Amino acid sequence: MSTAEAGWLQAGLLVSALALAYRPLGDYLAHIFTTTRHWRVERGIYRLIGVDADADQRWPTYLRSLLAFSVVSVLLLYGFQRLQAHLLLSLGFPGVKADQAFNTAASFVTNTNWQSYSGESTMGHLVQMAGLAVQNFGSAAVGVVAVIALIRGFARSQTDRVGNFWVDLVRTVCRLLVPIAAVFAVVLIAGGVVDNFSAGHAVTTLAGQHQVITGGPVASQEAIKELGTNGGGFYNANSAHPFENPNPFTNLVEIFLLLVISFALPRAFGRMVGDNRQGYAVLTVMAILWAGSVAGISFFESGYHSGAALAAGGSLEGKEVRFGIPASTLFSASTTLTSTGAVNNAHDSLSPFGGGIAMVNMMLGEIAPGGTGSGLYGILVLAVVTVFVAGLMVGRTPEYLSKKLRAPEIKLASLYILTTPALVLIGTGLAIALSGEQASILNPGPHGLSEVLYAFTSASNNNGSAFAGLSVNTVWYNGVLGVVMLLSRFVPMIFVLGLAGSLASQRAVPASAGTLPTHRPLFIGMLLGVVLIVVALTYFPAEALGPLAEGLH
Amino acid sequence: MSVMTSRWPGVVRQHLAALRALLVLTVLTGVLYPLVVMGIGQMLFPDQANGSLVRNGEQVVGSSLLGQAFVDAQGNPLPQWFQPRPSAATDPSVKNDPGCNPLFSGASNLGPSNPVLLKSIQDRRAAVAAFDGVPAASVPPDAVTASGSGLDPDISPAYADEQVNRVARARGLDPAAVRALVAAHVQGRPLGILGQPRVNVLTLNIAVAHLH
Repeated sequence: MSTAEAGWLQAGLLVSALALAYRPLGDYLAHIFTTTRHWRVERGIYRLIGVDADADQRWPTYLRSLLAFSVVSVLLLYGFQRLQAHLLLSLGFPGVKADQAFNTAASFVTNTNWQSYSGESTMGHLVQMAGLAVQNFGSAAVGVVAVIALIRGFARSQTDRVGNFWVDLVRTVCRLLVPIAAVFAVVLIAGGVVDNFSAGHAVTTLAGQHQVITGGPVASQEAIKELGTNGGGFYNANSAHPFENPNPFTNLVEIFLLLVISFALPRAFGRMVGDNRQGYAVLTVMAILWAGSVAGISFFESGYHSGAALAAGGSLEGKEVRFGIPASTLFSASTTLTSTGAVNNAHDSLSPFGGGIAMVNMMLGEIAPGGTGSGLYGILVLAVVTVFVAGLMVGRTPEYLSKKLRAPEIKLASLYILTTPALVLIGTGLAIALSGEQASILNPGPHGLSEVLYAFTSASNNNGSAFAGLSVNTVWYNGVLGVVMLLSRFVPMIFVLGLAGSLASQRAVPASAGTLPTHRPLFIGMLLGVVLIVVALTYFPAEALGPLAEGLH
Repeated sequence: MSVMTSRWPGVVRQHLAALRALLVLTVLTGVLYPLVVMGIGQMLFPDQANGSLVRNGEQVVGSSLLGQAFVDAQGNPLPQWFQPRPSAATDPSVKNDPGCNPLFSGASNLGPSNPVLLKSIQDRRAAVAAFDGVPAASVPPDAVTASGSGLDPDISPAYADEQVNRVARARGLDPAAVRALVAAHVQGRPLGILGQPRVNVLTLNIAVAHLH
């Protein structure tokens, strides 16, 4: 079988698995957030936390709870890293220095998992397991609960209540993330991912060299790293490392995990607003963008579309033999479209246009299908804008899912859309303007700009992957990117929850002859158009100076 | 909620609740979850969970998942061993580190138009062609490019084939026998469609060392 044929069948197998999961997982998600029954263990947790699980919150309270949880998470994770030297299983590593500890804490709490550190030479097992990995669960859950509150805004009417943050958080962790992660962690171990407390043991290799076989609680972290669209690798090489991703089977499992919740959430959305077709419409837009990206990156990586590919006879720099090109590009497209940021190949060495598409994937705003929860709220905000644009065309007050989109809703949606590009472009501009920071760039020419643009795009979209040639372990990059990650995660979330509150307070208006149906191909096409036009208008100049200039050279 | 904390301002109470929630989640997802997974993994799949170690006779000589260097003390490739891919996993503080160092996993991160990368591809091609006694044009791509992890345990079947004559000559073996050994070590795609066919360098080298 040719490489291309096998590659397409491999992608087809992935799509089939995701399609099979769509309805059961989506229905289960809807059930988790609509049932009134608590599990006994959850009741115990609510008692420990000291919250009333049956009291719904207004949106500002919901937001404050979410922010309080995140603030405490950043502080605790920061302290954990700083004190590492005094803890168990530290492997003899010293405390992480202040700027890097701040960057890493911000990174994991915001679901970005940008890594300015190298796992195997910085973090002990306990910090990885009980610090970083806990935020893999926590930050993924925070994304999910935010979109659930937004969906309730559409589904409920004439109420100021959008749900209970603590209940949503605990249910997401206990009922969704832990069970799925546990099952797949064992699957990954069966496939060869390591899971032990070894501090590394030295062996004499066949040719008489000295090699240290590293260890660690890797599989448990690997499973949630993908499932929660986190992406922070246990080791520096991330999912290219054979101990994190030993073979093509585990590779496909990992891609499946990082897509499955985000692709199933539209089903939960459809269920909760009482019209499954609304879920299918959103899913279709996500799927078209995903398929287009997979095809695009695969095309540019499989031919001779760069100097290196031409010289070597194939685009294999930074790729692993066991994956080859199709399994690498499938991973690259999926990880950059989901805000995961795990990598199974070095994105810095992708062909100019292949790397450019990876960047555009993030610039779409992580919506196809995006991070757990954040992907769906991102595309729903764009759907709001789309309905508004359509309303302008026919001169009617726009409605989406029986809710009128008035000035407050459109303002919140617009602010949401402006936040991320502002952070990307201002950040990149600053880094390029400051001569001291230019020294961090590894590659010459337009590719150097691409490295910086990629870094700010990744941080501002909470992705976490990198053109890793850029030396980002400097006080400036650690500080600035840390702040960028926090702003880009929580400022849009304020707008999302504000939107949720504003929508929930409205009375549902019955659909009329003038209502734009939001489940038909016309709307799907318009939403796709809005997504692509917003991205193109915002980022084209920056892309032109980086990957386009390099690719056309 | 206790009587004492209920008198505190809302914002303090909220952060205390958040702290308690985080501690509970840490116990659940940061201690119980990984320990249960590790327990099951160690019970059901101890070989995998402990790094898929490979023995040569009694001696553990590495992991089938981690590439290793087959070089002499000066860092020159040894002709009697199949050679792995170039590796960027090197200790920067060690001169001539041959790579495949699991404490420094990673890629070169050189961009696709970077002259440094283009030159090293050319240099590697010339070196491999000379070492293996083959025309430069028949050196496969994985032989001249560094892997993503720097620990790639595999090479392509083409690169393994390309090294057969040199290994056979260095060991005084029949090239046909070595070629057959390589063919027996080619791992196809799982399910026929996943990933790429490959040859594990360490297990192939152990087998070739036992060939007489």
